Parts: sequence; structure tokens; C-alpha cells
Amino acid sequence: MSAVKAKHQRLILVVIALVALVAAGVIASWALRNQASYFYVPSQFVEDPPAPGQAIRLGGMVEANSIKTQSDGVTIDFVVGDGDARVPVRYSGIVPDLFVEGSGVVAEGKMQSDGTFVADNLLAKHDENYVPRELQDMNDQHKKAAVAETTI
Amino acid sequence: MIAELGLAALWLAAALAALQLVAGALAVWRGGEESGGELAGLIRPAAIVQGVLCVFSFAMLVWLFVRTDLSVKLVAMNSHSDKPLIFKIAGSWGNHEGSMLLWITVMSAAGALIAFVERRLPERTMQATLAAQSFVALGFYAFLLLSSNPFERLPTPAVEGNGLNPLLQDIGLAFHPPTLYLGYVGLSVAFSFAVGALITRQVTPEFARAMRPWVLGAWIFLTVGITAGSYWAYYELGWGGWWFWDPVENASLMPWLAATALLHSASVLAARDALRAWTIMLGVVAFSMSMIGTFLVRSGILTSVHAFAVDPERGSFILGLLVIYIGGALAVFGLRAGSVAEGEKFSAVSREGALVVNNVLLSAILGVVLLGTLYPLLTEAMGVRVSVGPPYFDPVGTVFVVPMLLAMMVGPLLRWRGDRLERVRKPALIALVCLAGGLAVAIALRAGVLSTIGLALSAGLAVASVMPLRGRSLRRLPIATWGMVIAHLGIAVALFGMASERAFNKEELAAIKVGETATVGPWSVKLAAVDPVAGANWTAIEAVMQASYAGGKPVELHPQARSFWSPPQETTESALATRWNGQLYAVLGKAADSERWQVRLWWKPFVTLIWYGGLMIALGGLLALIGRVREDLRRRIVQRKAGERRAEAVP
Repeated sequence: MSAVKAKHQRLILVVIALVALVAAGVIASWALRNQASYFYVPSQFVEDPPAPGQAIRLGGMVEANSIKTQSDGVTIDFVVGDGDARVPVRYSGIVPDLFVEGSGVVAEGKMQSDGTFVADNLLAKHDENYVPRELQDMNDQHKKAAVAETTI
Repeated sequence: MIAELGLAALWLAAALAALQLVAGALAVWRGGEESGGELAGLIRPAAIVQGVLCVFSFAMLVWLFVRTDLSVKLVAMNSHSDKPLIFKIAGSWGNHEGSMLLWITVMSAAGALIAFVERRLPERTMQATLAAQSFVALGFYAFLLLSSNPFERLPTPAVEGNGLNPLLQDIGLAFHPPTLYLGYVGLSVAFSFAVGALITRQVTPEFARAMRPWVLGAWIFLTVGITAGSYWAYYELGWGGWWFWDPVENASLMPWLAATALLHSASVLAARDALRAWTIMLGVVAFSMSMIGTFLVRSGILTSVHAFAVDPERGSFILGLLVIYIGGALAVFGLRAGSVAEGEKFSAVSREGALVVNNVLLSAILGVVLLGTLYPLLTEAMGVRVSVGPPYFDPVGTVFVVPMLLAMMVGPLLRWRGDRLERVRKPALIALVCLAGGLAVAIALRAGVLSTIGLALSAGLAVASVMPLRGRSLRRLPIATWGMVIAHLGIAVALFGMASERAFNKEELAAIKVGETATVGPWSVKLAAVDPVAGANWTAIEAVMQASYAGGKPVELHPQARSFWSPPQETTESALATRWNGQLYAVLGKAADSERWQVRLWWKPFVTLIWYGGLMIALGGLLALIGRVREDLRRRIVQRKAGERRAEAVP
């Protein structure tokens, strides 16, 4: 080691650090492409369904008269719609307080291999101050008053 | 009157910051204490008075909240006369303006403290440091006074306040933000030291020794703040998780990672006079991460419970400050780093070699977290909406955490300057055997991949971290070394808690009638009653649950579903039963039908070790801080005595 000059050692260190950081960048961007969960509205969802097992977020309106509670008392089925398309969703758990028919919801979950969408988390509007970015300009895009009201 | 006093103090403090900047810049420009003249004498007093004024101003805001003065807009927007006193006080920083005032108060208090006690650095570096500190503070004064004045009056006083977000009405609010801010903003000292040393090119081991206690102090608060925040989110949000990879959590984790790297590289600089430019760079990066965090949180650009209000004007203001400070510091770095004399070189197998590995990997982890946090913003610019969560952070983080922890097992055993691997073969082998043992047990218990890795590493690391004590007299071991051992052990303990929670967590979701029993893991939980109860500003449905562990004596739990009326919001108050080997976590849901109630139960083995581990890490930091300060005081006494002796010898 003693043969290496201080300047060279610094260079070697910089190269090692760069390699590590580039590796971090490459691994991270590869993982981001595969692991980021994409946001869908029902019409996109129906047009181009996500692959089973891919984590996604589905945002829209809970359709009127669509919430059905199963006999176990904790599993519910409901339909998320945006006026054009409808996506049935199943969820087991305690629903947020403002999860009601006719209001907005973001369901986080995965498409199962049998074609049902199972949510493992529901985000409902709990305070008008907290509007998720992804729903702010939805009104312009889809001109659906229904979806525009969707807020976390 | 109180509000006006507070505002006046704030303006005065801002003016003093401007004076401090001008005086400091002139003194540095003219060079040294003599030629700096009278102006240079103003710098330290200006910093100290500025700190006092800010603390006064903040005290005024708290006083307004305590009195619930509804003629002040901020109080009317965020407080309510019915609120319990502790939440009135804590509520003063539970909003945008108040939290920014807390930010600037901590920042100027830190500046006052360095001006008051720091005498080790060359005077000119100190002047540059204080000038840098006031330069950063000025931007935040401007932000506060021009766009987020906390003392603004209403034209007509409100009849009643809006109240505080119920999620924030918890004892956690009293501790989590102040400790986190002390850490976050305390890093501004590291930033100013780095800039000051760059300007005067005085990057020496003495500089590292002077900077280290300040970084340690900030880092301790940051560690406690993150730990407290994690526990708060865990019991308050009722989802049973302790880390959500929320952008705001990442915003506190990133400065922590940078500060951790900085602490270790400062050790190398102090002991071996190497990694000069790198240490300076980390000083800049650490506080930059604090500011990026503030930007992410306060601009409302990302959705989170922490985003008090979405206000694009504020966002662009903070973004502007960010560009000026980070860009400015990096520009100074670029101009000066080349002319900072090169440090010593060193061999790869040595303490400093291991610390370089630690630094590189911590930086890589920091990069991974930063990228994942900003990615949704980047894609949104291209019209694609995504969110990034555990499926990204968990595996990618693990890729870099594993080699870092492996280096951490060996590093503390190596000597400075140069060492032979043969010398540490025995302790390293013992640690590896423990790691393999942990691996075997975890595989036998069918933990998942990440949990298995975590369990194995925590076993190996726990043993390896106490190895530096081997063969040494425990009595005569320096306190700072104890600090290192305890902090590293804390990492192992926290890691074990995380892996155990992930691997062995049991969950039960059921709808049961009063009198029925649900089971989760070794617990059987009987729903004994469901009653309405009321508090100062809420009503609730409260369940009485009798939980018994493996048939033992039942403990009573009282989870609630609360309804606040100001502002109207519902929250779930979870109930916890803590044992030495884990926690039972109970949440009451809604009525499933006319008779049954939804209950959600988790049994989380060893989950509490996550936070005990976090506290151990902070304790280790505290011991190191005590050790360093004591060393310094001793050295000063020795120097003074030597001076006295010289004075006696020359009559």
C-alpha cells in the first residue's frame, strides 16, 4: 500500500465512491421502474389493466349502493367508478371514517390473478386541507366532477 | 401587545443577523482579528442577542396560545379555548408559521451558543462561520416575516378558534417536533462551520474536533426525534406500522444519514487528518438535506399529514432559499476544495479504511432514499403519477445496508493507521459464527428473506459491537468508546426489533359481539364492554377488552374511536399491552351490524426493541459527547496550568 501516492489514493477513493453511487443509482432506478405504484382512474384501469401482483393506487368515486359487507363483518365489496368505467374492489379491514357511498376514495392494492382488485389500504377524505397531488388536476383531465371530488 | 412585542423582537433579531453578516464578512475580508477592528467585536454579541430575541419572540407566541388570544390569526386558525393546556402550548408549533418560528429560534439559539462557547477555532474561521450562520438565518427571517408572519392580527377577533388537527392532539406533539427541529436545524452549525473553514481554508484536525460536539448534539436530537416520531405514528395512526416511508419520514431520515456519515468522517479528520474535503462536503450536504426536507414538507408539494397547508408562494420561497444556500455552498466548495491542502493518506485495512467504507455506503443509502422520495415529483413532471413505498425502499435499502453493517462489525476492531486482518480474525470469527447462528434460527422459523437477513445481521452485530471491550480495562475505557459500543449495539437491537416485527407479526381482524373472544398469536382477547365516553373536546366509543397472554392473568385495554368536534374529525386511539417480548396492539373499528363490533388486533413480538434501540443509539451519542467535552475541558485546564507555570518561571 505504501507505494501508492497520496494523490493516487485520493483518485482511487473517488473512483470507489463514484462506483458505489452509480451502482446505487442504477439499482434504484431499476427498482423504481418496477416497484413504484402507479396511479389509475377506473377508465384507465379498464382500458389497460395492471398486471396481477403489481401494486397500484386506484382513485375514484365509491358508487351509490355498491358497498356490500360480507358475513364475517369485516370484508367489504364496493365499486369504484369515474362515470365511464367501474372497477369492483374488495377490502378487509376497518374502513376510514369518511369512506361513504358517493364520495372519493383512493384504494391501494393489487390485482389478483383471478381478476379481482384487492385493496390493502383505503384512503378517504379526512380533512379538506389534504388533497393529494395526484387528484388535484384530475378535473381538467377527465372532466368528471365525480373524480374531482376525490380527496384523501 | 404581546403579539407586537414578539414581532418587534423578530424584526430586531433579523436586523442583528444582517449586522452579523456584514460585520463578519468585512472582518473576514480584511483578514483576522486585528485588522477586523471594532466591527469584528460586534459579531459574537450580535449572535448572542439575536438568539435571546428569538427565544423571547417564540415565548411570546407560546404565551398567545396559552391565553388563546383569538385576535391573532394563527391562534384563531389553530387553537380552541377548550383544548387542554398542554395542547395549547404544543399547538403553537403544530402549524406552519409556528413551526417556522421554532425553526428560526433553534437556528439563532444554536448560533448564539457557538458564539458564546466556541473558542478553539482560529478567530477568522469563527467570524466566517458566524457570518455564514447569519446568512442562512437571514433567508429564513425573510421567509417568516414576509410570507408567514405568525403574529398577524385579525381585523376583528374571532369568537372561537378552529382547533387543532386531532391527529396532532397528542402528547407526542409536545416532544417530537422540538427534538426533531433541534436536530434538523442544529445541523446548520455543521453547515456554517464547513463554509467558514472553506472560506479560510483552515480544514484541520482541530477544526474537526471543534465541529464534532456540535454535530453530535444535533445528531442526538435528530435520533431521538426520529425515534419518537416513529413511535408516535405507530400508536396514533392506528395502522400498526412504525415506518411508512412517507416523504416526510424520509425528510428526517436523510439528514440523519448524512449527519451519521459526517460524524464518522469527522473522526477520521480529527484522528488522522484525512478526508478533509469529504468532511466539508458532508457538512454542507447534511444541512442541505434538512432544508430539502423542510421544502418537501412545508411547500405542500407532497401529500402528507405534515403538510399543514398547500401554498405555492411559500413553496417557491423555500425553493429559492434552497437554491441560494445549497448552490452557494456548493459553489464555494467547488472554488475552494481544490486549494484545501491534501490530507494524509492511509492504508485500506485500518480504522479509517473501514470508516471510508461506512461513508461511501451511507452516502449510497442516502442517494437511494433521496431518489425514491423525489421520484414521484420527477415522474409527475412527465405526467405520470406514481407513489413509491416499501416495495422499493425495503429491498434496495437492504442491498446497501448489509455491506455497511458487515463493515461495521469489523471496523471498530481495527487500529488507526494500519492493521493486519489476522489480528482481528478471532473476534470477527466469533461474530460470524453468531451471524450464522442467527441465520440458521431465522431460516428454521421461516422468516421472510429480508427478516432473515435482518435477524442474522443483528445477532452478528450485537456480538461484534461489544468486541472492542475485549481485553480492555472497562474502568479505564474512555467514555467516548463506551458511546460507540452502545450506539452500535443500539443499531443491532433496533434491527432485531424491525426484523422480528416483520417476520413474526400476527394480525387478526374480526367482528365480534360483546362477551366474545378473538385470538391473535398467544393472546386471547375478550370484548367485555363497549361504552360511550367523553373528553374535554371529544366524545368516543370505548371498548373494554380483557387480554390474556397464554392463559395468564388478563390485562384491560381501552381502545377508542374518537370524534372531535373542533375541527370535526374522527380518530382511532389504539390500546397497547406491553410485555418484555412484544406488544399487543388493539384497535376498535365500527359496528359491523347491530350486535358485532369490528376489532383489529396485532401481536408484534419484540417490536419495542426498535425504539429502545433508537434510544440506545442516542444514548451512545450522548456518552460520546460527554467524553469529548470532558477531554476538551481537561486539555484546556492542562494548557492553562502550563501557561501559569511558564508565567511563574519567568518572574
